Amino acid sequence: MAEAKKYPAPIINAETAHFWEAAKQGKFLIKRCTACGEPHYFPRSICPFCFSDKTVWEESSGEATIYTFSLMRKSASGPYAIAYVTLKEGPSLQTNIVDCDIDKLKIGQKVKVVFKPTDGAPLPFFTPV
Amino acid sequence: MTIKGKAYIAGIFEHPTRHAPDKSTAQLHAEVAKGAIEDAGISKADIDGYFLAGDAPGGTWPMVDYLGLKVRHIDSTDTGGCSYLIHLGHAGAEADFEAAYGATTHNAYGMCAMRHMHDYGTTSEQLAWIKVAASHHAQYNPHAFLKDVVTVEDVLNSPMISDPLHRLDCCVVTDGGGALIVTTPEIAKSLKKPQVRLIGHGEAMKGPRGGKDLDLTYSAGVWSGPRAFEEAGVTPKDIKYASIYDSFTITVLMQLEDLGFCRKGEGGRFVADGNLISGVGKLPFNTDGGGLCSNHPVNRGGMTKIIEAVRQLRGEAHPKVQVKNCDLAIAHGTGGLLGVRHAASTCILERV
Repeated sequence: MAEAKKYPAPIINAETAHFWEAAKQGKFLIKRCTACGEPHYFPRSICPFCFSDKTVWEESSGEATIYTFSLMRKSASGPYAIAYVTLKEGPSLQTNIVDCDIDKLKIGQKVKVVFKPTDGAPLPFFTPV
Repeated sequence: MTIKGKAYIAGIFEHPTRHAPDKSTAQLHAEVAKGAIEDAGISKADIDGYFLAGDAPGGTWPMVDYLGLKVRHIDSTDTGGCSYLIHLGHAGAEADFEAAYGATTHNAYGMCAMRHMHDYGTTSEQLAWIKVAASHHAQYNPHAFLKDVVTVEDVLNSPMISDPLHRLDCCVVTDGGGALIVTTPEIAKSLKKPQVRLIGHGEAMKGPRGGKDLDLTYSAGVWSGPRAFEEAGVTPKDIKYASIYDSFTITVLMQLEDLGFCRKGEGGRFVADGNLISGVGKLPFNTDGGGLCSNHPVNRGGMTKIIEAVRQLRGEAHPKVQVKNCDLAIAHGTGGLLGVRHAASTCILERV
C-alpha cells in the first residue's frame, strides 16, 4: 500500500526553511504577494506574477479539491495516486492522494492536507475529507 | 549571418553579495534577473527570452517556472564538461516540494488525459485511434520497432499503466538517432536533393507557474504554434503533412488542438476513424510510424519528427504513405513532462 511508503526528507534551504518549520507544527503555508495580492505555491521569495519581493507567509486552510489525478499501476512500491489539487486560497499544487481507496477518487472531490513523516521535516499530502 | 549591430545591452546587474548562506540558488537567479530588469527600466512582462547555464538549479524548466516567465526563446547551452554533474548536484527549485510525489512520464501525461476527458468528454477509444493510425504507417517501415497493425480494441485491452493511459497509448523507447545538415540557400541549391527550407519557427515553455489558473488540457504549443504559422505566413489548413511528437496518444491529441488543426476539446473527434492515416484521413501524421510505433531514440524524438517531414517534402516517404504533392509540412514537439513542466517547439517546412 502507498501508506507504507518511506518518503524522502525534503531538502531545506534558507528560502524555504520557514515552510518546513511550520510543517513540523502541522501548519501548511503558502506565500502571498502584498504588492499584487496574488497567492502562490510552492513558496518563492520573489512573486512569480509581479516580481515584487514583498511576499509574506500565510497559513493555508489546507482545504482543496482534486483538479486531476492518475493512478500509477506499475510501481515497485505499489500503486499510488499522483494529483494536482486546488487550494481554497487559489493556488494548485502537485501532490499524492493518500490514506484512501485510490480507485474511488474523482475530479472535484474535496480533500485536506495531511503531513507524513520523513527522516527530516514532514511532507504535505492530501486525503479525501 | 552576422550578429553585428543586432544586439544591444540594455540592462545590467551584479549581485552585491559575495557569500549567501541565507539564500537559495534559485533566489539568487531571481534577484539578479530582477536587478537587471529594473536597471533597464522595463518590467518582467517585457521579458520574452531566458538564457542560462548549468549553474541554474535544475535547468530551464524549473527556472522559467520559478520566475513566472512567459518566454518565446530559451537557450540552455552549457559547454562546461561537468554540466550534468552540476545538474545532478543541484536539486531543482521545485524538487523540494515535488520530489516525493513520484511524477513519471506516464502519470504526468496521465493527469493531462484525465482532465481532458473530464473537461471535454474525450474517450480512451478516441485516444486509441492515434495509435491505430501510427501502426498503419509503421507496417510499411522496415525499421519500425513495432510493425503490427493494431485495432482500437487492442489498445483498450492492453494493460493499464497509469490511468487512463494503457500500454499501447505509450511510445516505444529505442536506441538509434538521427542528424541534420543545415546550410545556406546558396549551398542547398548547389546540392542534388530537393530543397526543403524552414519558413517558420516558434518555441515556448509552460509550467504550473505558482499554481495560478492551472490548466493541464493545453500545452506550450498554443504559443509556439501561432508564432511559427505567423512567421511562415500559412495556416493549419495549408499543411499537407504533420510530424507531431507522440510520446503518448494524449500528447498528439492536445498538440493538434493547440496548433489549431481543430478547436480545443474537439481533438477526440478529430483523430477518430482514421483521420490521421495517410490516404484515408484529412491530416496524415507520423508516416514513419512515429514514436508510438517506430522510433524514439533516447527520448529525443524531435529529430525523427523533422526527418520524416523532410522525407515527405522530398517525396521520399514510403509510396504507401507518401502524401501527394506534399509541399508544406509541420514538425512539432514537446519536451519535458506535459503535466508538470515542458517546452514546445514548432517548425514549418516548405519544399522550394
